[in-house]
Amino acid sequence: MKTYCYIAVMAVTTYLIRMVPLVLFQKEIRSPFIKSFLYYVPYACLTAMTIPAIFTATRSPISAACGFLVAMVLGWNKKSLPVVAGFACASVMIAEALMKLI
Amino acid sequence: MEGAKDSLPIVIGYFSVSFTFGIMAAKAGFSPWIATLISITNVTSAGQFAGLTLMAAQASYFEIFLTELIINLRYGLMSLSLSQRLSDSATTGKRLLIAFANTDEIFAVSVSKPRKVTPAYMAGLEIFPILGWSAGTLAGAIATSLLPPFVQSALGVALYGMFIAIVLPVARVRRPVAFVSLLAAALSIAFAYLPIFHRISAGFSIILCTLIAAGVGAFFWPVPDTKEADS
Repeated sequence: MKTYCYIAVMAVTTYLIRMVPLVLFQKEIRSPFIKSFLYYVPYACLTAMTIPAIFTATRSPISAACGFLVAMVLGWNKKSLPVVAGFACASVMIAEALMKLI
Repeated sequence: MEGAKDSLPIVIGYFSVSFTFGIMAAKAGFSPWIATLISITNVTSAGQFAGLTLMAAQASYFEIFLTELIINLRYGLMSLSLSQRLSDSATTGKRLLIAFANTDEIFAVSVSKPRKVTPAYMAGLEIFPILGWSAGTLAGAIATSLLPPFVQSALGVALYGMFIAIVLPVARVRRPVAFVSLLAAALSIAFAYLPIFHRISAGFSIILCTLIAAGVGAFFWPVPDTKEADS
């Protein structure tokens, strides 16, 4: 039951954020600070979610660090999202296989 | 129908991302039905991933509300912008429906059209991405139980890999974005490991990191035109 309440809170909050401005506001936000703040939000948020959580996302911090490094190198070189994610996963698998051998 | 045609690349992209969400939900202990229900009612990536973490941690309703508010605040600006670009036939009732799936990608496509968009166009543009998003979640959640542990372990970094792939290319060419991201990472590490911040939950840590890092960025490096912020 609690799970359904959680989902309802998420869904209603997300919907209201999208709905209220679309229905109510007709003028655009002029405040450069708010516009800039909203511009930076995704980057700050995604980074905070990734670090340090990624290092505990696999069975070993070492394999996770391999995945992190591969994702950083590929992301830096502007590879597409599925490519970066796929190679990061593959490097974790390889790292864990190598660790077993050693 | 034109909207449906324009939505095809979004559908393909959504299926793969939501497949990951389905995997994450299953790994966090939720059934495929719950995972799909989350996707069908929310239709947002970062907000769902964060929500999942909080649900698994049995966070408070207020924490979930605040997290969704902060993470999805950008949709408010997009809806604000979209409200100027809807044709006159977009009545309040139709706006209520259009708002449901105003995601980053759908917003980007709708404002890329040279003329104002009709409610019919928006309907076509939104329906198939919603279906793709939900179907991908279901497939990912079901597939997870069939995967061996070493594959599941490796998939743990898939989502973070995508986040990195979103942030790094922009951070590379825009120094303020790089600084904001580094600040967010430093704060996030501090909140996770410094004993004085021990009582801050993972959910509030994300909120605080986002507010502080984005606030510092907006204070020191105002963005002249938010159009480029929507990509």
